[in-house]
Amino acid sequence: MPSHKEIQFSKPELARYNRHIIIPEFGLEAQQKLKAAKVLVIGSGGLGSPVLLYLAAAGVGTIGIVDFDRVDDSNLQRQVLFGVESVGQPKVEAAKRRLEALNPHIEIKVYDTLINSQNALDIIKDYDVVADGTDNFPTRYLVNDACVLLGKTNVYASIFQFEGQVSVFNYRNAAGELGPNYRDLYPTPPPPGLVPSCAEGGVLGVLPGIIGSMQASEVIKVITGVGEPLSGRFFIFDALNFETRTFKIKRRDDNPINGKNPTITQLIDYEMFCGMKVVERSVKEITVQEFLQWQTLGEKYQLIDVREPHEYEAANIGAELIPLATVAANAARFEKDVKVVVHCRSGVRSAKAIRELEDKFGFDNLYNLKGGILAYLEEAQPELAKS
Amino acid sequence: MATVIIPTPLRKFTNNTAKLDISAGTVEEALLDLSANYPDLKKHLFDEGGQIRTFLNIFIGEDDIRDLQEGKTPLQPGTVVSIVPAIAGGV
Repeated sequence: MPSHKEIQFSKPELARYNRHIIIPEFGLEAQQKLKAAKVLVIGSGGLGSPVLLYLAAAGVGTIGIVDFDRVDDSNLQRQVLFGVESVGQPKVEAAKRRLEALNPHIEIKVYDTLINSQNALDIIKDYDVVADGTDNFPTRYLVNDACVLLGKTNVYASIFQFEGQVSVFNYRNAAGELGPNYRDLYPTPPPPGLVPSCAEGGVLGVLPGIIGSMQASEVIKVITGVGEPLSGRFFIFDALNFETRTFKIKRRDDNPINGKNPTITQLIDYEMFCGMKVVERSVKEITVQEFLQWQTLGEKYQLIDVREPHEYEAANIGAELIPLATVAANAARFEKDVKVVVHCRSGVRSAKAIRELEDKFGFDNLYNLKGGILAYLEEAQPELAKS
Repeated sequence: MATVIIPTPLRKFTNNTAKLDISAGTVEEALLDLSANYPDLKKHLFDEGGQIRTFLNIFIGEDDIRDLQEGKTPLQPGTVVSIVPAIAGGV
């Protein structure tokens, strides 16, 4: 952080920040620290909205916003940064306009991108503090690791339905002691599908307002040194019964990024780490072109459609219908001595069907129609594809 | 009797009950007891090897059981056991 002592305020700024400056524990110096500070807010959604609004209002001098998304109607129930006029626009642009209207004395930098292992260090390195308001486990671990590698404090908050969590990670106190980080609290993520996301499970609109405001408050404390940041502690709030609990958390020797024997020395593939990239064996494929050629050449083959009956009824290319779920039970209907072309809508279900038949029944004559019936109709019967 | 607080994401397995009183000697016994009463909960509490899942934190009062005796941590009458899973929502 550049020396805050040189920070000057104009008359309008002094008037704006008066209610901060007159708090005895806060004063002009804390306000100078805010103006000198650079905070990166990752995710400008439910949590990012209150964080950004309050940090901008409070006079944080430089605020970076990372988000790749566009404003959607379903965001407005909780993402109070945005209004109807912002729907369809990039979130970072809409957020920047709103924040500049709120406080013209600060600088807003935007990153209209998905934060990932390639760009995270580069984006985060110029900031003093990070506020993580993202919505998935891979990004949570990515932001954590990047902050640990760069020595940045990560003010963390997370929400689900009626429940929120807050902590301050990787914070070095005045005595030089480093606090725990996300990997000390949660060494591994849940397997995909076990813990639903807000998009699947929903969230009470006001909850990110409550939790994000606490997150903003912690960011301000970390910057100014006023009060005791929530480092080494883990706060949870249940809006349903209005219960709050604060737990003690500690650094762990077996933390892979900064424990006794760190094994992570650079950013990794976080989707892989979170088990989201299931490496699936590839299956034999046939393109529509090749398939049409078989037909021209009079090649013998059997054609199977693994979609659902209603899809088949809407459009089919003369295949036998064996829906994916019933493939194993109908394995005997698949020919063994001629080539079998399996298709679905776009090629995903048919690949699954082929893998299942190969694994369970040892088929080696199954071909996945690349691009499915969509590609076939596009190529062979374009007039049908448009309907 | 210890009180176990069930987090929001797991309440669908406990008929939406948020708090359960359980007579058990240790944390692990309490979780096994819960699994016996609510079988669908079991795979969320224990992994295939029967270990408490690492994306769940269990706190006794304010303290992480990893700083106590893990699953063997004894429960006193009136102890509050909090199960706190990782959640990632933010937008």
